[in-house]
This record gives sequence, structure tokens and C-alpha cells, in this order.
Amino acid sequence: MSTLRLAAGQFLRNRAAAAGLICLLLLCIVVTLAPVIAPYNPIQINLGAKLQPPSATHWFGTDYFGRDVFSRTLYGGQLSLSVGLAVVLFAFTLGVPIGLVSGFVGGRLDNLVMRLTDAFLTFPPLLLAVAIVGLLGPDMRNVVLALGLVQAPVLARMVRGSTLSAREEVYVRAARALGASPLRIMFSEILRNIMSPIVVQLTIVFSAAVVAEASLSFLGLGAPPPQPSWGRDLSDARNYLSDAPWMFLSPSAAIMLCVLSINFVGDGLRDALDPRSWRVRAKPVPPAAPVAVLSEDLA
Amino acid sequence: MSLLRVRDLQVSFASDRGLVRAVQGISFDLEQGEILGVVGESGSGKSVASLAIMRMLPQPPARIVASELSLAGEDLLGMSEARARELRGAQMAMVFQDPMRSLNPVLTIGRQLVEVLQRHLGLNRRQALSRAVELLEMVGIPQASRRLSAYPHQFSGGMRQRVMIAIALSCRPKLLIADEATTALDVTIQAQIVELVKRLAHELDIAVIWISHDLGVVAGMCDRVNVIYAGRIVETAKVDDLFHRPSHGYTLGLLGSTPRVDETEQDRLTPIEGLPPDLIDPPTLCPFLPRCKVAVAECRQSMPPTRAFGPLHQASCFAELA
Repeated sequence: MSTLRLAAGQFLRNRAAAAGLICLLLLCIVVTLAPVIAPYNPIQINLGAKLQPPSATHWFGTDYFGRDVFSRTLYGGQLSLSVGLAVVLFAFTLGVPIGLVSGFVGGRLDNLVMRLTDAFLTFPPLLLAVAIVGLLGPDMRNVVLALGLVQAPVLARMVRGSTLSAREEVYVRAARALGASPLRIMFSEILRNIMSPIVVQLTIVFSAAVVAEASLSFLGLGAPPPQPSWGRDLSDARNYLSDAPWMFLSPSAAIMLCVLSINFVGDGLRDALDPRSWRVRAKPVPPAAPVAVLSEDLA
Repeated sequence: MSLLRVRDLQVSFASDRGLVRAVQGISFDLEQGEILGVVGESGSGKSVASLAIMRMLPQPPARIVASELSLAGEDLLGMSEARARELRGAQMAMVFQDPMRSLNPVLTIGRQLVEVLQRHLGLNRRQALSRAVELLEMVGIPQASRRLSAYPHQFSGGMRQRVMIAIALSCRPKLLIADEATTALDVTIQAQIVELVKRLAHELDIAVIWISHDLGVVAGMCDRVNVIYAGRIVETAKVDDLFHRPSHGYTLGLLGSTPRVDETEQDRLTPIEGLPPDLIDPPTLCPFLPRCKVAVAECRQSMPPTRAFGPLHQASCFAELA
């Protein structure tokens, strides 16, 4: 599709977005290749080398058990990134259709769905996730489920709001006047036009998921202890903040880099998905052929 | 057999204050290829009636009743929603007031044209694309094949309205409803669009309902005019008859409040004083009575009957104006 190519070109012309994308891709590659790159086994305890500052042997130092922080960050990324991605997918597939249908159909269905999301939104998000994980057992799949269930209502509400305003647009009425079916109108007319805020919201969901996974791990509900995760390592590092500040450095830098590049990518996507914001170098449309009758009128 | 037959069409909406009677029994016929003007002020029911014909009013809140509403012999009121969708775009199409917002901003012009062609005519992509180019050329868009990949925001208002007309006419509908299609455009562009629709209606033999509150435009393009006031057709006539022998107090008022180029002595325009009646509790007398300058004694006793003033010329008025 040429539209896709145009959008991609527009995305890459945005420097921050391109940098974010490259950074994100690098992160993904590095994290996937952790078994090859990591100099040490991330869960190998070596009490003889505990709490060592960064050096040639341990680039980012070692933690209280003598485990290599750099290796742990590489492996931890596998968990954190996949949790973030899974939560985004989960929240998207659940929240977007619910919000879209609720806003489009309106009436009683809308009322019912919105009261349900309200019920979800009354709980503090982390508390709700803790309750769900506590109920289902600490398991990575349940963590994704819990974080997804926490984020989906937020997304659904936002999509519903955007749908309500898009539904009243003249082009939606025009599409109906041309015989478009409700499904077609929902996806081709409305969803296409509200993708920008959705994408932005999804980048926020991703960042929130990475951080929330860290919090759950801190509470002992995320990754089980020896397994590395950015969030868990970060919370471990807090206990040694004054003695071994390097423990803190590498997971937090990884989280920051990841969230920042995701946000840049999100901004870039938002602009690339909206043709109106394109800086197009198209030639102006020449005026239409003059109509003969006009000159008659003037004569 | 007329193309469009409307008999005693009534549309009402449920509201907190009661039933709003937006259209109170209008009847008219439209022949194939005929251009019918519909004039009246805001809120008179012009748009509601046309949306009812297009089957585009959600029920509820709207309530639509008619003793007949048919397009080419097919009952529009009783048909299924699926059948109505098939007809919309294929047999009847509509162009709206605001061309700046009538096209989907995130899809290319070509995509929007092709989508309709594929949906109703079952063309494949290649056929649809070449037909799309023809359609854009037909409405006077230069370099049509290159413009297919353009987005709506790259077009001016007049160009967008041409695209809307191309899309509306893409499947050769029998009926085109233009709801204030030139109101948002400046005068020269307006004249171009009017000429375009007039030409295409004749070339393609399409019946047009041209809704407007611009009497000048109506005079220039329509064969016949319905004057609507407070949800009723108060006068219907051929264009010449309407302008030369207006037979309803409201039509007279409309003409008096419209500037005319062909009048040498420049009188001041006379506005119609007052407001249209409440549609929740419509008056039992002539709805225009409180604002009428030519009311006679009978007006205060009963609702004026519809009287014939000539061939195809009817008005609901007691006053003798001709």
C-alpha cells in the first residue's frame, strides 16, 4: 500500500521517532541475544565477588550475591519487555473493541459497559493487580493478565470518548449515506480516525506495565526471586543504595531508555497515522476548469 | 409512475418536553431527471424530510409515518435495513453542506471512491480505479489520475465538494439529495457547483432534490420548488410561477427578503418578523399567521386548505395574491 509507505516515510523523517525506533530495536536485539552477549550467568551466585564496583571484569559491578549486574539487566529485559508488550496487546485487543462498540452503539449497552469500567477504575491500579495476581497465583501469565485487566478499562474509556465525537462527524454521516455497513463505519471510518490517541495511550500503557511489573516483583508477586527482571533488580538495589549505587544504575537506565524510546516512537506513530499532519511537498491542486455559464452571466 | 412518491410523510422526535413534530405530512412526487428545489428556513424540516427519505434517521428517537414513501416503486419505509443500505449510494445518494468535513481525512480520495464502487457495483480494484479517474474527470478535477492518491486536506472546499459529488454519483443513482450543498462555499465556487450538478443531472438523467435557503440558486437550477414552513409544504410551483406569482404569504415574505439583481429601483429588503412556531405544540391555524403581512379574516378561523393556482401550482393560503 502506498499509504503505508507514505506513513512510514513520514515516521522516519521525524528524527526523534526514528532514533526511538532504532534504540528500541537495539534494545530488543541485545535482550534477545542475552545468552550470547552476557558475560556471566545471571543467577550464578559468587559470594567471593559480592558488591564489587564496576570494573573491567564486571562492567556494571556485582550485587549482594556477587551476580553480574550487566548480565542480569540483559536477561531481565527479556522478561520486562515481553511483559510490557503482552500487556499492550492484551489491553488493545480487550479495550479497543469494547470502547469502540460501546461508543458507537450507545444507549443501554454504553451505560452498562461504562459502569463496569467505572467499577474497575475505582480501585487503585496496583492494588487491583495485586488482588488479581494474589487470587490467581504469582505466575508471569497472571501478571500479564492482571496488568492487562487494569489497563484495558482505561483504554476502553478513552476509545469510547473518541468514538463518541468521531461518530458525529459529517464524513461518518456521508459514509452512511453511501451505504456503508455499521462494521465498516466503526473500523474504516471511526477507528482509523482515532488511532492517534490510541497509539499514544498504548505507549503509556507499555511504560506503566514495565514499571508495574517492577512493583509486583518488589512485592514478591512478579518474577520469582532468582529470575532477573528490571523491576525486581531495581527494588533489590534500593537496599544497597549508599553502599553499591552501581546496582541501581543499569536496570534503571534500561527502563528509562526503553520508556523514552517507546514514547518517541508513539509520538512519531501518532503523527505518521494522521495525513493532515504530514509535511507533504505535494504541488497545489490547479483550479477546476471554469464554467462557461459564468461568463454569460457577467456579459 | 413517478420516481419518488411521498404521501403524507410525518416525522416526529421524542423529547423531554414532548413530541417534536418536525415534518407534519408532506406529499410530493419527483419525476426521473427532474430538479426539485426545497426552500425554507432553518428548522423547517427540509433536512429531516430528506434524511427520512434516505432512511438515515435512527428510530427511535425518530418516528416516521407515511401513507406512501417509495423510490422507483419500492417501498422505502417497510424495507429492511440491509436493503436500505444497498439502495443508499447505489440508487439514492446525498451530498452534505460541509465539504470540508464530508470526506474521511485519513483515507485518500481514490480509496474513498473505490470503496463505494466496489461495494455497490462489485468492480475489481483495477476497474474501480479506472472508473474513479473517469468520475473525477467528469466533475472537472484536473490530473484526475494523480489526484487519486491525494488526501482531502490537500483539496480546497470547492474541489472537495466536486469529489463528494463524484462519489455520490459514482454508482449512477436515480436520486441525488443535495442538502445545502453550496452554502459553505463562496459565490463563484457555488455557481460552478450549481452548474456542475445541473449538467450532470441532465446528462445522467438523475432526479435531484436541491435543499437550499438561497432562492437565487434555486431559481437558476430547479424545475419546480417546494416551499416548506414549520414542517409543511405551504406552496409548490414551477420555478417561474413561484417567482412571478407567489401565492402564499410566506413565499411572498421570502421573496421580499431576497436581494434581486434584475430589479432596478433598489428597495430595502423586508425581513420576515418574528419566529417560526413551536413544533411541539403546532398551531391549529396557518402556522405562518403570526408573521404574515397579507393575512385575511378567514386566516383567524380555520387552517387554510390547499388550493390550486395553476398547473402544478398549489398553495395553502386564503389570501388572493395573484
